[in-house]
Amino acid sequence: MRKTAVLLTGALLLAGCNGGPPTASGKLSGDKLVLGVLNDQSGIYADLSGKNSVEAVRMAVEDFKAKYGSKAVTKNIDVVTADHQNKSDVAGSKAQELYDRNEADVILDVPQSASALAVAKVAKDKKKLYFNITAATTELTGKQCNKYTFHYAYDTYMLANGTGTAVTQQGAKNWYVVYPDYAFGQDMQKSFTAAVEKAGGKVGVKDPTPFPNDNFSTFLLKAQNMNPKPDVLGTMQAGGDLVNLVKQYNEFGLRDKGIKLSVGLMFLTDIHSLGPDAFAGTTFTDAWYWNFDAKNREFADRFMKRTNTRPTFAHAANYSAALQYLEAVQRAGTDASDDVVKTLEGHAFEDVFARGGKIRAEDHRVIHDAYLAEVKPKSAVTEAWDYEKILRTIPAAEAFRPVGESGCTFS
Amino acid sequence: MTNFLQQCFNGLVSGSFYGLLALGLAVIFGMLGVVNFAHGAFYMLGAFGAYVLLTEAGIDFWLALVCVPVLLAVFGGLVERFLVRWLTGLDPLYNFLLTFGITLVLQDLVKREYGVASQPYPRPAALSGTLDLGLFEYPTYQVFAFAVSVTLCLAVWLLLTRTRIGLIVRASTERPELTGALGINVRRWVTPVFAFGVGLAGLAGVLAAPMRAVNPLMGADMVIAVFAVVVIGGLGSIFGSVLAGYAVGLLQALGQLYVPGLAQILTFVLMAVVLLWRPSGLFGREEARA
Repeated sequence: MRKTAVLLTGALLLAGCNGGPPTASGKLSGDKLVLGVLNDQSGIYADLSGKNSVEAVRMAVEDFKAKYGSKAVTKNIDVVTADHQNKSDVAGSKAQELYDRNEADVILDVPQSASALAVAKVAKDKKKLYFNITAATTELTGKQCNKYTFHYAYDTYMLANGTGTAVTQQGAKNWYVVYPDYAFGQDMQKSFTAAVEKAGGKVGVKDPTPFPNDNFSTFLLKAQNMNPKPDVLGTMQAGGDLVNLVKQYNEFGLRDKGIKLSVGLMFLTDIHSLGPDAFAGTTFTDAWYWNFDAKNREFADRFMKRTNTRPTFAHAANYSAALQYLEAVQRAGTDASDDVVKTLEGHAFEDVFARGGKIRAEDHRVIHDAYLAEVKPKSAVTEAWDYEKILRTIPAAEAFRPVGESGCTFS
Repeated sequence: MTNFLQQCFNGLVSGSFYGLLALGLAVIFGMLGVVNFAHGAFYMLGAFGAYVLLTEAGIDFWLALVCVPVLLAVFGGLVERFLVRWLTGLDPLYNFLLTFGITLVLQDLVKREYGVASQPYPRPAALSGTLDLGLFEYPTYQVFAFAVSVTLCLAVWLLLTRTRIGLIVRASTERPELTGALGINVRRWVTPVFAFGVGLAGLAGVLAAPMRAVNPLMGADMVIAVFAVVVIGGLGSIFGSVLAGYAVGLLQALGQLYVPGLAQILTFVLMAVVLLWRPSGLFGREEARA
């Protein structure tokens, strides 16, 4: 009788250990981690992010494995990828597919604001993690924020706050702003106007331009004939439209006529498109620059070996986001979303992308140092892709929208 | 006033590109009945051709202006001979699908090789700076592009109206069956005409390279506007298409000046108005009404 009781107790204890519900101190779902990269792989954002962002995420996985070795939370880490073609409906359904069929624990990247907001909604519904890297809208950490979405590299507030404020403070008080007539351009225009006016400047005229557009002569001539003449032409155009505008800005000789050029959003690939001379002296805000210091350069060299090109800030930020996600899982010891979110919120960190990095608990904005950059003249460019001179580091706490203004409530 | 005139000139410069592309489209449509959706892709290839010749062989803008259109015309001839020709006499839908497919293939091939970011192409040194036009100063290069376009359109017009070749092409464009009935071998002219149209698109591309973003999608954006142009001018009407090209350029520029938010749809508003008033376009053939 006694023997039976001991056996039964033992059996129950064993059953308790094995058969109980998974706890925070154990296991990963399916004993593996899956990182999904959802972005544009053949359209207009393919070069600045695209396949090379997938490569950057793979680098993060390798670095994570090398760092923890046998102590890593798991050896099974997969990277899966999908193309959202810059369409928000495609982005939404691809996100569902990644979470459900590919068992992705997190989705990374997602350029194009409407697509990003669609993915954020899926993440919220499925209670799965989403790190946005390449979309610019402040809505992700504003009214449309949710507990599972984090916003990484940059946003329109940060761009405007950097460039708009700095250029105005340097004495260019009178702005003429042209912006493409769609969500991103409109959002940028508002952010820039606010930043310029806060710094004591004035946006005299702001013109929406057709999108896409290959002839900006009308606006360039208008700038010359304005009274008073603007000190600076602020362009919110991106990609091919930006290249068109800058080519024509140079043809009309606006710089010689005393009208500076200031670009709302610029990627390293844009400067490469035109050659640095066309942009020489243009100021803009960069989230990261590959040749900023030895640490960045070391990363850029490794990246170049694999991709044959230098990383844009989007590539570096994808690397960083993947790494910080893996570190968070390592700390939590589980991939259960709520536990991972807990270890991410308020977490302060440094890596090759984020200096002074911190994940704000209140709105999930990832803050980090940003940089005010100027394009070097061709004579100062000594090697391919080394186009930027960093004028100033904008400290993390100053670069991004203050928590109080975000309007985010996780509900 | 000066401002207004400057804007008009802007419009004419834009119109130069529409005009050149519309000219090729109209000739091709007239003679082959092919709505060539690949025209934008040929324009893009023209710009890329100039870029590749410059970076791979050091061939400068001036030589490219001659070489690229010729190479593209040959390419266009092959496309007609080996692809388009098979669909002669079938439902025009097949041609639409074929040329649309050609566009996608060409775009993706270029994307694969050069990515989607724009490629740098310098302005030829002789055409940098601005030119004093009396009333205002204007970028030399854009004046040059405008002059080339007008000259070419005039030359083609003279060729079509004053030569025997022109007579045959015009006749075959406007009444292919009747021309054939008169003992002229219309088919013999099909390949050269197609090649010529493609060459013109290539030339427009080379002209665009120094002043516009050279990327695989540049033609896709362009072709939509050019189709509106051809419809406004009247399908099949060469004269109408070219004229509508300059007119649409003008309209867009003035639209951007006075109603920037609406500039983009003005072309299509004009198209709708013209179609309501004259269903076959401004200079289209009347029987298209039936």
